[in-house]
Amino acid sequence: MALLEVKNLSISFGGLRAVSAFDVTIEKGQLYGLIGPNGAGKTTVFNLLTGVYKPDEGIIRLDGEDITRKKSIEINKAGIARTFQNIRLFKELSVLDNVKSGLHNHYRYSTLSGILRLPSYFKVEKQMNEKAMEILKVFDLDGEADFKASNLPYGKQRKLEIARALATEPKLLLLDEPAAGMNPNETAELMETIKFVRDQFQMTILLIEHDMKLVSGICEELTVLNFGEILSQGETKTVLNDPKVVAAYLGE
Amino acid sequence: MKRMQKTTRSNFITYGIVIVGAVLLQSLDSAGKLSSLFSGLLVPLCTYMILAVSLNLVVGILGELSLGHAGFMCVGAFASAFFSKVTQGTMPDGLRFFLALLIGAAVAGLFGILIGIPVLRLRGDYLAIVTLAFGEIIKNVVNVFFIGRDVNGFHVSMKDAISLNMDAASGEIIVNGPQGINGMPRDSTFLVGAVLLLVVLIIVLNLTNSRSGRAIMSIRDDRIAAESIGINITKYKLMAFAISAAMAGAAGVLYSHNLATLAATSKNFGYNMSITILVFVVLGGIGSIRGSMIAAFVLTLLPELLRSISDYRMLIYAVILIAVMIFNWSRGGRTIKELTSVKLRGIARKKPRGKEAR
Repeated sequence: MALLEVKNLSISFGGLRAVSAFDVTIEKGQLYGLIGPNGAGKTTVFNLLTGVYKPDEGIIRLDGEDITRKKSIEINKAGIARTFQNIRLFKELSVLDNVKSGLHNHYRYSTLSGILRLPSYFKVEKQMNEKAMEILKVFDLDGEADFKASNLPYGKQRKLEIARALATEPKLLLLDEPAAGMNPNETAELMETIKFVRDQFQMTILLIEHDMKLVSGICEELTVLNFGEILSQGETKTVLNDPKVVAAYLGE
Repeated sequence: MKRMQKTTRSNFITYGIVIVGAVLLQSLDSAGKLSSLFSGLLVPLCTYMILAVSLNLVVGILGELSLGHAGFMCVGAFASAFFSKVTQGTMPDGLRFFLALLIGAAVAGLFGILIGIPVLRLRGDYLAIVTLAFGEIIKNVVNVFFIGRDVNGFHVSMKDAISLNMDAASGEIIVNGPQGINGMPRDSTFLVGAVLLLVVLIIVLNLTNSRSGRAIMSIRDDRIAAESIGINITKYKLMAFAISAAMAGAAGVLYSHNLATLAATSKNFGYNMSITILVFVVLGGIGSIRGSMIAAFVLTLLPELLRSISDYRMLIYAVILIAVMIFNWSRGGRTIKELTSVKLRGIARKKPRGKEAR
C-alpha cells in the first residue's frame, strides 16, 4: 500500500481554481518532487495536505487512514510534518528548545509536575534533551544548541526547521523549497542531508523545489504542476524531458 | 545541560532578590525605621508586583495583549472578601485567609477560562479591546450586586438593599452594591504578600521552563508552525490565560484584605489599573519576569518618594517613564544593555569554573 494517496484534490479561492484534480501516490521511502512555475499551486497542495486549507473535493489518505479535512494538529499526529517556504522557526527560543517543541507529543509530563518540579519533570526533560541533541547532531547543529534560533545563519535555520519537523516522528516529511536562498555549496550539502535523512530515518519525503539540479539529483519521481493542474507525472528523467514541461519552464 | 543550569541560576537570583528584599524591609519595618507611609505601601507593593508578573505571563510569554487584568483582580478581591466576611469568626484567621486566597485565585482562574474561550479567538488589537471591555463589565457588574444574610439564609438583589427583604433583627448586608463590602478582616501582611510573590514567581518561571511553557512560547513565536508540529493552540493559550487570571485574582485577595472597606471603583479596578500593570510589564521588559517585578516595585515607590517635591512629582514621574522607555527600546539602549549583560555573565561564568577546577 502506498504511504500517501491523494485523489482528485481540488480547491478554489473565489473564482480562482488554485488546485484542480490533483492526484499523487507516494510509496514508503520515496523521495518525491513537486515542481512547477511560480504560482502553480505547489504550496497550496502542501497547505491542503497539512490541513491549513480544507479541500473542496478529493481524498487524502496517509498509510490507509483518511485524513481529509482534519485539523493541522491531527494531521501532524497522524504522521505528516512540514517545513515552510519562508522559514517559520520559534525565533526567541533556543535551537535546542525548537527541537524540543517538536518532541512535544512524544515526551509527556503534566503541567503541574512541570511547575512543582516533580521527578517526572527531570526524568522526561533529560530524555528530551538527549533525543533533541541526537537529532541536532544529525544536522550538525549540536554546537549551536544554546543559540537563539534567530541568530543562526540562514542555511542552518533551514536545517533546524527540518530537524524540528523530524522531531515529531512523522511518516511523511514535506519540505517546501528547502534550498531557497542557498548558494550552490549549501544546496549540495542540503542534498546530502536530505538523502541522509531518508536513509537514516527511513523517511518518505515530498519536496517542492525550484533548483533543478537538486530535483534531478535526488528525486526519484516528480509531479509538475502548472496553473493548478498536473502537467506531467512519473520518473524524474522522463518528466524532465517531457516537451510540455520544457515548454512550461522555458517557453515555447 | 548547560542551558538549564543557566536559566536555573537566573531563576534563583530572582528568588534571592525577593527573599533578601522581603527580609530587609520586614526587619526595617519591625524596627520602626520605615515611615508610616512606606510601611503602608508594603502590601500594595506586593500586590502590584504579583500583578505585573502575572500579566507578563500573558503579554510576554503568550504574546497576547490583555487589558482586562484589573477585572480578574476585582473578581479575586470580591470572591475572597465575600468568603472572609461570611466566615468571619467561624475559623482561625490564618486558615480563613489561606482559604480566601485559594478561593480568590480559583474563582478568578475560572473567569479567566470563561472569558478566555471566546476572547482568545481574537488576536492583537482586537483581543486588547475585548479584554478591556470585559474588565470594565466585571467591575460594573460587581457594583450592582446586593447580598445580605439573615436567619433564613442568603438574599441576593440587583436593585437595592431594601429589595433584599431581610429579617429586620438578624439581617446583615454583606455586599452593599457600589459601597462594596464593609468591615473586612485585614489579614494581609507584608510577609504573606512576599511569600505569595515568591510562589507566583516559582509558578511562572517553572512553567516557562517546562514542556507547557515551551508550547506557549512556540505559539507566541509562530502560531502556524506550532500547529504544524502538533501543539494544541487553544489549550495552551487558555492555560496561560487562566493561570495568569488566577494569579491576578490572588493579588486581588491580597489587595482586598488590606482594606477595611472594599468597593469597586474605576480607580482600583478600572482600566487605569490595567494600563498601570501593563506599564510595569512594558517598562520592565516584555517577557522578563524579574524586570516586570522590579519595574512594579520602583514605579509604585517613585511617586511616594517624590512627595517632598510634590508640585513636580507627576512631571518627574512622566519624564523618568519616557526616559526608561526610550532607553529600553532604542538601538543604543539595547546595545548598552547587551554589553552590560555580557560583562555580568562573564563575571558569573568565572565563578563556577573556579569551583570545577578545585
